[in-house]
Amino acid sequence: MRRKGQSTVGKLGTITRRTLLVGTAAIGAGVAFVAWRVNQPLENPFRGNPDSGDTALNPFVLIAEDGTVTIVVPRAEMGQGVTTTLAALVAEELDVGLSDIAVIHGPASSAYYNAALITSAMPVEPWDDGMMADGFRQFAGIVGKVMGMQLTGGSTSTRDAFDRMRIAGACARETLKATAAEVWNVDRSTLQTRNGSVIDPSGPRSVRYAELASAAALREPITDIEPRDPSEWTILGRSQHRVDVPAKVRGAPIFGVDMAFDEMLYGTVAMGPLPGVKAKKADRNAALAIPGVRAVVPLSSVYGEGFGVIADNTWTAFKAREALAIEWESEESYGETELNAAFDEAFDAGGGDVHRDDGDVDSIFSEAAEDDILAADYAVPLLAHATMEPMNATARLKDGKLDIWCGNQAPTLVRRFCAEGLGLDEEDCRVHTMMLGGGFGRRAEFDFALYAAQMAERTDGIPVKVTWCREEDTRHDLYRPPARARCRARLDGDGAIAALDMQLASPSILGSLMGRMGMSAFGQDATMSEGAGNQPYRLENFRVSTPEIDLPLNVGFWRSVGNSNNAFFMECFLDEIARSADRDPLELRLSLLDGFEPAKAVLRKVGEMANWQGGSVGPNRAQGLAFCFSFNTSVAQIVEVSRDDDERISIDKVWCAADCGLVLDPAIVRAQLSGGIVFGLSSAMMQEITLKDGAVEQGNFDTYPMMRYHQCPSIEVSLSRRQTFMGGVGEPGTPPAAPALANAVAALTGERVRTLPLNKAVTFA
Amino acid sequence: MVKLTVNGQPAQFDVDPEMPLLWALRDVLGLMGTKFGCGIAQCGACTVMVDGMPRRSCVTPVGSLEDASITTIEGLAVGDRPHPVQQAWIDEQVPQCGYCQAGQIMSAVALLEENPEPSEEEIARAMTGNYCRCGTYPAIRAAILRASGQETGPPAANASERTIDRG
Repeated sequence: MRRKGQSTVGKLGTITRRTLLVGTAAIGAGVAFVAWRVNQPLENPFRGNPDSGDTALNPFVLIAEDGTVTIVVPRAEMGQGVTTTLAALVAEELDVGLSDIAVIHGPASSAYYNAALITSAMPVEPWDDGMMADGFRQFAGIVGKVMGMQLTGGSTSTRDAFDRMRIAGACARETLKATAAEVWNVDRSTLQTRNGSVIDPSGPRSVRYAELASAAALREPITDIEPRDPSEWTILGRSQHRVDVPAKVRGAPIFGVDMAFDEMLYGTVAMGPLPGVKAKKADRNAALAIPGVRAVVPLSSVYGEGFGVIADNTWTAFKAREALAIEWESEESYGETELNAAFDEAFDAGGGDVHRDDGDVDSIFSEAAEDDILAADYAVPLLAHATMEPMNATARLKDGKLDIWCGNQAPTLVRRFCAEGLGLDEEDCRVHTMMLGGGFGRRAEFDFALYAAQMAERTDGIPVKVTWCREEDTRHDLYRPPARARCRARLDGDGAIAALDMQLASPSILGSLMGRMGMSAFGQDATMSEGAGNQPYRLENFRVSTPEIDLPLNVGFWRSVGNSNNAFFMECFLDEIARSADRDPLELRLSLLDGFEPAKAVLRKVGEMANWQGGSVGPNRAQGLAFCFSFNTSVAQIVEVSRDDDERISIDKVWCAADCGLVLDPAIVRAQLSGGIVFGLSSAMMQEITLKDGAVEQGNFDTYPMMRYHQCPSIEVSLSRRQTFMGGVGEPGTPPAAPALANAVAALTGERVRTLPLNKAVTFA
Repeated sequence: MVKLTVNGQPAQFDVDPEMPLLWALRDVLGLMGTKFGCGIAQCGACTVMVDGMPRRSCVTPVGSLEDASITTIEGLAVGDRPHPVQQAWIDEQVPQCGYCQAGQIMSAVALLEENPEPSEEEIARAMTGNYCRCGTYPAIRAAILRASGQETGPPAANASERTIDRG
C-alpha cells in the first residue's frame, strides 16, 4: 500500500529511528564502505579453534571426527522452536535427519547478523513491491551485515535464515561431494548424498561425511548453488519433533540459571527503583553478618545504581539483599497522577510525528455535524515481561578474559557492553548463550549480564552466578510503555467512515533504548504507531499521529511491541464504529481491506470457524472479533466469552486464522500463535504495572498475575497460504487477542470497557 | 544435619534448616531440574513430590523434611526410558521455553498417581497452581489426557501433516 502524499523516494528522508539504531554507521560512512565490508568473507567464529575437535565447513555446519553433525543456530531458543526450524533448513540441504544431528547456539559473532530485522524496520510496507522498495530491502540487509547485529526479535529468525541456512547446508553438501569426487576421480554431479554420506551410484560406494570433513574444510567452498525447490523437501513443511523437547522434559540443566561449576559463588542484586537513583543508606554490616555472605559490591550502569551481594548460595544472597534494608535517595514522587498529567499534556499540545496522513482529515471533521462524530479515549498500562526464568547470568573474569553464560537475545550487544563495562577488548569477552526460560523481548537487553560481569571482578577468577529474585525482576524490567489513544471518526449517513483520526500517545521505546546504548535518537519511532498506522486498511481520510510523553523509567520491546497496544486501540474503535453505524464488524473490516486479499481471507476464514453471527450468541454468551497485520503476518481472531449466574466471565474459545506465507513447521507455527494468544489475553484480563512514589508497586506473581490453566480457553488455529512473502509467528498471535476479548466483553455486557486490564471493570472466573 | 532421600538416594544437608528445599536441591545437591520462579508458592515451577504428594519446594524448609522421600524431575525416568507422563509431554510436544515444565510434569505425575483417569475438571484443579508464561495449557491438557489413556488421536507433531489451506 502506497501512502498518499508521500512518494517512495520521499521516504528516504524519513528513515525511522529503528533503522538508524542499526544503520548509523552505514548512513554516515557511505556506500563505498558498505560495499567493501559486504564483499569480505564473513568471520568464521570456529576458525582457529583447534581444541574443539570439530571441522567447520562454514559458520553453520560443524562435523566432528566421530561423525556427529552439529548445526549452529545463531538465534536464541526461547520456546519459539527456532533451534528446530533453523536446523531443519540446513538438514534439508545437507541430507541429514533432524534426529541425527546436534544443535547449538552459536557464539557471539558478526557472522550471524540478522538482516530481516533491519529490513522489517525499513519504511517500506511488505506489500509494496515497487523497485524502490526492493532497493530499500537490499540496502537494509547490507546495513545489517555491516553492523553485525545478532539479535533474536521482531519475529524475524526464520525469515532471515530461510535462504542463508539452506545455502549453508547446500554449500557444505556440495563441498563434501567435491572432496569425494576428487578421491574417486569422478564428476561431482554424478554423486548423491543420503543420511550423512556421499554416495557414488556407479560404484556403488559411499563415504561418511566425517571421513571427508577435514579435507573438505581445506577446499575452496562450492558456492554457485541454489537451494532445492520446495517440491523436493522431505523435512521442511512438515511438523517435526522439536530438538529441544527431550531435554526440557527431562529437566536437563540447559537454562542460564542452571550453569554450574565445581567451585563457584552465587549472587543477587538490589537496584534502585528508577534509573539514576542512588542509595542513601544501606546496612552492609547486617548483610555481611549473615553466615555465608562474602561481599557486598556497588553496581552502576545506565539501567540503574545499587548493590550486588555475593554469597555461598542463592538463598543466602537473597537474605542478605533483604538485610541491606536500602533507603534510596530519590526525591521522586512520580506516580499515577504524574502519568495522567503527562498524557493530558501530550494530547492538549497535540502534534507528535505523523505516521499516516491520507486525504484531508481536518477539513472532513471541520465540516461535520457533532452527531456524525464518534469519539473515544482508550488507555493501556505499563506491562512487565514476567519471564518464568528470572533474569540471571553467570560470569567469570580470569586472566583478563571474561566469560558470560546466560540466556540472551542479543549476544553481540552483551559482549560489547560487558567488555566496555570492564574496560576489556571485545575479543576478550566470550558470550555463551544458554536456553532462555522465556524472552519476549526482555532478554534483548544487557543489564543482567553486566551486573554479573561487575560482580565477577570481585571473585578472584571464581565464577559467580547472579540470580534476581522475582521482585527485583518485576521492578526492574524494560516495560511495555503505557499508551493512550484519542480516536475520532466521522461517519457518513450510509455507515461509511468518512475520516478517521487517531492520536497515539506513549513514550518512545527506541528513544529509551538508544539512550541506554549511548546513541541519540532522531526521526520517527515506527513502533509508536505500528498496529494502527501501518495497517492495510484503506480509508480515504486517515491520520495517525504520535504525541510523545516522558517517563522516568525504561521502556523496551514486549512481545509484539507497539502492535500490542495500537491494535487494541484500532480494533476496539473499529468495533465501536461498526456498532454505531449498525454494521457487522467483520463486514466493515472486509470493506476496508480492498487490495490485500490475504487479510480478507483470514477474516472470512475465522468467521466460518466461529460461525460468526455479528457477535451475539444468546443471552449469556458473545463473540468478539479483531484483526492485525504484524511482522508480515495476517491474523484474525474471534474470542467467545460467557457469563455465569454470579456475573463472572469465562473465556471459552478462541478461533485464529493466520497467513504467514510459507509454513515451514505447522505444529510449531500453531503453538506459537496459540501461545501468543494466551500472552495477549493475560495482559488484557489482569496485568498492569503502576508507579507510586517513584517506584513500581507490583513485585511478585501475587500482584502481577497471569492466566492460569483453568482460565485458558480452547484454541483452534487455521493456517492459510495466500501471502507471497513470509511472515513471523512468534509475535503476531498477541495483538488481536486483547481487542477481540474486549469486543466480546462489550458484546456480552453492552458496556464498552476502554481501559485495560479488563478486570478493573468486570470479574473473570 | 538433615537426612532424607532424593530420588531414592540418601542425602544429607548440613545447611541452615530454614533453607528452602529448592535451594538445597539446586545449589547444594546440584540438581537443576527443579526451578525457581517466584519464591512464594505462586507459580509451581519448583514443584517436587514429598512422600508422594506435590509440594512447592521454594517454601518448604529443608529442616522440616527429616526422613522424607523426595522425588524430583530427574527421578522420573528409568534409565533412558522416560516416565509415561514425560513421554506424553514428548508426544504432544508440550514445551515451548520449557522452564515451567518440570513443575508441570511433577504436578501431573502427582495427580495421575492419585487419580489415574481424572476428569477435565479434576485436571484443571490439579494444574491451576502451575503457571506457564508461554501459554502451553492446551497442550498440557492433551498430554495429561494422553498419559491417562483418555486421548488416543494423532499427536501434535505429526510429520505427515501438511494441512495448510493453500486457497
